[in-house]
Amino acid sequence: MSRSTVVFEPLQTLTARALDLPGSNIDTDQIIPARFLKKERAAGYGQYLFFDKRFNAGSDDNDISPNEHPLNATEPPKILVVQDNFGCGSSREGAIYALVDYGIRVVVGTGFGDIFFNNSFKNGLLPIRLTPADHLALRKDLSPFGLITVDLVNQCVQASGHRASFDIDPFSKTCLLQGVDEVALTLGHEAEISAFEDSYSHRFPWLTPPKD
Amino acid sequence: MSLTLFDKIWSTHLVLPRDEGPSLLYIDKHIVHEGSFHAFNALRTRKLALRHPDRVFGVPDHYVPTHSRLAKEAASEEVGKMIVQFDRNMQWGQVPHFKLADERQGIVHVIGPEQGLTLPGTVVVCSDSHTSTHGALGAIAFGIGQSESMHVMATQTLWQSKPKAMRVRIDGPLSAGVSAKDLILAVICEIGAAGAVGHAIEYAGTTIESLDIEGRLTICNMSIEAGARFGSIAPDDVVFDYIYGRPQSPKGERWEQALAYWRTLKSDDNAHFDREVVLDGSKIKPMVTWGTSPDAGAPIDGVVPDPARLNDVAQRVSAKAALEYMAIEPGTRLKDIAVDRVFIGSCTNSRLSDLREAARVLRGRKVRVPGMVVPGSGLIKRAAEAEGLDRVFIAAGLQWRSAGCSMCAAMNGDAGQPGERIASTSNRNFVGRQGRGTRTHLMSPAMAAAAAVNGHLSDVREWP
Repeated sequence: MSRSTVVFEPLQTLTARALDLPGSNIDTDQIIPARFLKKERAAGYGQYLFFDKRFNAGSDDNDISPNEHPLNATEPPKILVVQDNFGCGSSREGAIYALVDYGIRVVVGTGFGDIFFNNSFKNGLLPIRLTPADHLALRKDLSPFGLITVDLVNQCVQASGHRASFDIDPFSKTCLLQGVDEVALTLGHEAEISAFEDSYSHRFPWLTPPKD
Repeated sequence: MSLTLFDKIWSTHLVLPRDEGPSLLYIDKHIVHEGSFHAFNALRTRKLALRHPDRVFGVPDHYVPTHSRLAKEAASEEVGKMIVQFDRNMQWGQVPHFKLADERQGIVHVIGPEQGLTLPGTVVVCSDSHTSTHGALGAIAFGIGQSESMHVMATQTLWQSKPKAMRVRIDGPLSAGVSAKDLILAVICEIGAAGAVGHAIEYAGTTIESLDIEGRLTICNMSIEAGARFGSIAPDDVVFDYIYGRPQSPKGERWEQALAYWRTLKSDDNAHFDREVVLDGSKIKPMVTWGTSPDAGAPIDGVVPDPARLNDVAQRVSAKAALEYMAIEPGTRLKDIAVDRVFIGSCTNSRLSDLREAARVLRGRKVRVPGMVVPGSGLIKRAAEAEGLDRVFIAAGLQWRSAGCSMCAAMNGDAGQPGERIASTSNRNFVGRQGRGTRTHLMSPAMAAAAAVNGHLSDVREWP
């Protein structure tokens, strides 16, 4: 992937403060309420992370006050330990922007929404799927904060004296280790894509858009 | 080797097959909307062009006002800017599109099939999780994020890992008052909100085959609510008759070629499915949800369950929090739950047959709660008005709006008030989905109409 330019900070190993977040089926509407999705990315999405849970409602979104939510802690976590089916629902990548801009690099759970899972890698966020037993052991001493070590190179995660290995496909792993997404790689396959298109249009002529 | 419908479509789209990890998959059609601005911005930042603008199609739906067809009359200046920005992006990318004022404008998942943009055997993507809707025509269709959307525009491909195969088989005749919405809610409650994560669902069986196109679109639409990005149904004559003559469908000799191929698109008799779920269609009753996840639902003649009886700790915590948010006590009869508002619309239930079902219940009656009916496209709106459905809704006391996502996503300013309980034909009852602090109960169009008339959740089977 030498042609690729770095699009996020590479992730290799990370020992950081982790937060145990309760609740299964946390949907992306909760991670970022829809009304913030029209914001430009440049200003950062971190402030919108779990907005309706972290801030008490006022007359509007400028009239709010932070509550006791652990994500408002003075020392913010970089790792989230979550329950099953985290990131289900809407495909909004704003949910990932909010996590990443807040400072989260790793989310550890037992399963994730499929679209959320895919979106994560493109933004340098590592979603780790563990068995329920490993997941339980890892979060044993989080109350709700604690230290967790993630080693992407050796594909293992460690906390409270418990060490668990995780699976990741080699392609996504390389992207995270190097801080790149796959756009440049794909553009490098231009010849194969063109060749595919030629044979495809012969096989399925009705799918070639008519020339005006 | 025996193949599934999904296998057959997948294999014809492999540009770079890989044994391990994702393969490079060719994309036939990419639908974009106002929310796609992140993808367009990313293209510009990276100095990339669209590889095939003619394989992209755009329509504004998420942010559009439904009381007007003008961007300047949007809920706020910031919302209106989304529509103007959409037009600019379409122009920048030379992308074929419908503008807001075009009568053919509508919800992405309504106009795809309506215009013949969605064809059997193709791969369709859109940065919206309900893209699985299009699978009802025998396509592989799935929701993607903004980064993937940018990747498709630049390369017409996506790196994707092949999902596992799940078949949901439903046989038997449907009872009176039971619709496709009840079927899919029953499926979601059966397998759970994470039940089909990592899988592509194929819906099959006599109940599914007996559904019209609109019912099939409703079924495939909510696949994601069971965790699946993909949901499809083998195309048959019902599908081919529906597609024939649509503006973007193949014509003449091309139609004949296409039809011959489309008839091969079904799972082989011995095809392998990693999981199979079987339901008896004749036993399914009208469904409503009581919680904040689409799998938290029950037949309308049931009661709200007691979280204390759940074995799994995480599930117990979630169910308890859901009932607290919804302000409902365990053991409450579902029919005793009062509602404050009704919404009939969304990519799940905004098509002509949905509107007819709602109007059948509302004809000659008055609603006790405010609400709106939002057709899925301008063409559906016109067809409904030609039948006089608009007059039925207005006479009942509901608002008759123009096409858009409206109160399903509540991004355009159409929303409930904090604390309000909403009978909704949409697809998600998530916390705050229809406005901060709103409480959503999902149900079919007929059930939502009945709830609006009675002022509480009601069993449409008992309708006079």
